[in-house]
Amino acid sequence: MNAKDNSLRVKHLYNRAGFGISYADLHKLSRKNTEKIVAGLLKETKDDPITLVSDTESRRQMLVQAGLYTKKNLSDEEKKIRQEIIRMQNEVSKDLNIAWIDKMINTTSPLREKMTLFWHGHFACRSNEPLYAQQLNNIQRTYGLGNFKTLLMEVSKSPAMLQYLNNQQNRKGKPNENFARELMELFTLGRGKYTENDIKESARSFTGWMYDKDGTFIFRQNLHDDGTKTFFGKTGNFDGENIIDLILAKPDTAEFIARKVYKFFVNDQPNEVHVKELGDHFYAANYDISALIKKMFTSEWFYSAENVGTKIKSPIEFLVGLSREFYVTYNKPQILIQLQSSLGQYLFNPPNVAGWPGGQNWIDSSSLMLRMRIPSLVLNDGEIDFSGKADPEDEAVIALNKNATANANNAKPKSYVNANADWSKFLSTFPKGTSPLELTAFLLQPKLNDKIIKMVSDNKGLRSTAVEITSMPEYQLV
Amino acid sequence: MNRRNFLRNTGFVAAGSLFVPAFMKPFEALALDELSLYKNLVVVQLSGGNDGLNTVVPFGNDLYYQKRKSIAIKPEDVIKLNDMQGLNPNMAALQEIYDQGWMTIINDVGYPNPDRSHFRSMDIWQTGSDSNQFLSTGWIGRYLDSNCQTCKFPYTAIEVDDSLSLAMKGQTKKGIALKDPAALFRNTNNPFFKAVLQNDQEHLDEDNLGYLYKTMIETQSSASYIQNTSKIYQSKFTYPSSGFANQLKTVSKFISSGLKTRVYYVSLSGFDTHVNQIGQQGNLLKQYSEGMAAFIKDLKSNNKLDDTLVVTFSEFGRRVEQNASSGTDHGTANNMFVFGGRLKKQGIFNAAPNLSDLDNGDLKYQLDFRQVYGTILDKWLDVNNGDILNKKFNTLDFI
Repeated sequence: MNAKDNSLRVKHLYNRAGFGISYADLHKLSRKNTEKIVAGLLKETKDDPITLVSDTESRRQMLVQAGLYTKKNLSDEEKKIRQEIIRMQNEVSKDLNIAWIDKMINTTSPLREKMTLFWHGHFACRSNEPLYAQQLNNIQRTYGLGNFKTLLMEVSKSPAMLQYLNNQQNRKGKPNENFARELMELFTLGRGKYTENDIKESARSFTGWMYDKDGTFIFRQNLHDDGTKTFFGKTGNFDGENIIDLILAKPDTAEFIARKVYKFFVNDQPNEVHVKELGDHFYAANYDISALIKKMFTSEWFYSAENVGTKIKSPIEFLVGLSREFYVTYNKPQILIQLQSSLGQYLFNPPNVAGWPGGQNWIDSSSLMLRMRIPSLVLNDGEIDFSGKADPEDEAVIALNKNATANANNAKPKSYVNANADWSKFLSTFPKGTSPLELTAFLLQPKLNDKIIKMVSDNKGLRSTAVEITSMPEYQLV
Repeated sequence: MNRRNFLRNTGFVAAGSLFVPAFMKPFEALALDELSLYKNLVVVQLSGGNDGLNTVVPFGNDLYYQKRKSIAIKPEDVIKLNDMQGLNPNMAALQEIYDQGWMTIINDVGYPNPDRSHFRSMDIWQTGSDSNQFLSTGWIGRYLDSNCQTCKFPYTAIEVDDSLSLAMKGQTKKGIALKDPAALFRNTNNPFFKAVLQNDQEHLDEDNLGYLYKTMIETQSSASYIQNTSKIYQSKFTYPSSGFANQLKTVSKFISSGLKTRVYYVSLSGFDTHVNQIGQQGNLLKQYSEGMAAFIKDLKSNNKLDDTLVVTFSEFGRRVEQNASSGTDHGTANNMFVFGGRLKKQGIFNAAPNLSDLDNGDLKYQLDFRQVYGTILDKWLDVNNGDILNKKFNTLDFI
């Protein structure tokens, strides 16, 4: 294979496994073979957790909050303290969101962050407590390329998930089935692979899985139902870990995860032959996620025409990719939250436990028009009069902060993107004499058609070409 | 009045036309739909979980005063509708509307196994799902998908906001969100975007790129249609100055200028009143009522009220007993309001909430919200509700 064809493959790989590649890096890798590059992507990843939310401060607040929660009549002073804690949690949650998107923009371990993003949507969860949200995010980062069993176990024991899926209320004699149901329906097996009775019995097995007052997992023996359960036709004195083992023993679980990975990295429309191939491989590799990823990225079908430049970027892929590509700094990073929310993918706030539906669901009239305006706004520092919608979970805060005047709600200030692209750095990655058409071919994944070629053939500057090309429908595809 | 009655009254359907030959059907269908185009639905969402018991106050029930020591509305302040229920005093603007017979209150609307998370419950209301079912399409979106004669274009359903709610997203068709038709028009008519779309013949495929181009083309043509149809219309009516009233004013402008839109969606947020509820909710109810009253009167003066149905919901009601912070926490069943010039059952539709028979401190629902949707779909939007809601729901006789 010649270097030119190979560089198309490498570009595709980096677009899907990470958030794109610079022209200079692509040039460096264009003579290496796929196996080596995939091995490199898997190897470079160091585990680098987010440490923005302070452990001690959060735990202190939680204890104060727990104390106030049990009190019947709060003094004005105590009410103030409670409101202040809610306000701070909200603020820190936003900082956490920005810390992560910033990490994706600047990371040297793109595959690890992409994988974290995948698990973030798979184990979809919301938590008002930013420490829990950060913990779960770090679990997904640390174990995201390791063994799926470890990942699943850690996620299942995280306070964020225990809280979100009500396992905190799952007690002997009073089971709450929420976690048990979603564990099988959304996290491992998929609908139709278990019975309602399996849900009931496994819910009993997870009784007593809780977290304590300062947010540490604890198995409360006295709240655990240690009676006999029948699950998947087997009878025994099962606990939560036994249930997870029995779920993983089913090849259906490997195939379910493989299908979801395929839809995220390869194509919205799964090719069942390829999914089966991946599922079998994953199962045989004892749920080693890296083995699954390697198999996918080294398969010839991954590089076939129907899988290149045909997937709609998620809002995060779009924002992170654009920001990485042009070395963008956001002087007012809050704009990134507003954009996520307006484009329909607000990190740490998935619509429900099923995650973001993805694919064509990302696109409607308003989200598409906004996507096509963002490049000119971000790269040319323009104004945006898009104010977004209040997040329902923000309602409590809106209600608290709301001024007594009837109009407070409308006086949303105009927001400015206020970002800088490093154009000289961007342009310096290209060889001298690069033409607008060559730049276009680099920036777009779909094959160039006559219309685009004609549009850019009269262009003189690379900079204006870049802004135009990134404002096209074709740029929404990866 | 259903469509057939409407047609009969307008003398449009000649005797025997029920037996038209099959090949004539499309023409007939078109004509019918052309007529019913002017039946509009306006959905008003109150986000955050509005406290229904302090909105429509059960002042005739002692239990209400026992459970809400510091936040109950005093009997002398309530705008009495019958000897059991009355409106919050901040809703005075709606009294006239109510007295005219343009308002119906449906008590205790909910669904089985209610969820108390804002997000989840809002999802359930917007998608019309069961509480343990996850749908990625909204109920209005699926109405668009049903491909009726009048739901072909994105402007069939308009949300007056910056982004589109799940309720408005179908599998293959979606509504359009816009706050300012002129701004969207300018944006879609940007010279660069026009150039991108010029002579575009290659992207009529069903693949993702085709979908992007199709969305872009539809947005552009919708934006032009909306702008060109509505720009000449000048409302002479004065609305209160609030964001919510502005949204309604925009809707009224669209309706009165004859836009062929069937569903409008607006929202008002801030109802999550855990703390010091009285002032906060009072303000919002005032904005709501004054905005709605102006809207209804504006439609009436333009002869559009008979062709408009407005429905208001919130993702849940709040607990019967107040909390320790003079607020209320997340609850379950709630009231819904319906407005229009042709309501079949005006005033209070069904029995007031039973405050002595609670489910763990929460109201039990009398009616499933999908019966309300089903009624609207069957009797107002002229589709079969079972096709949209995935199972057939019994309809109610408020319209």
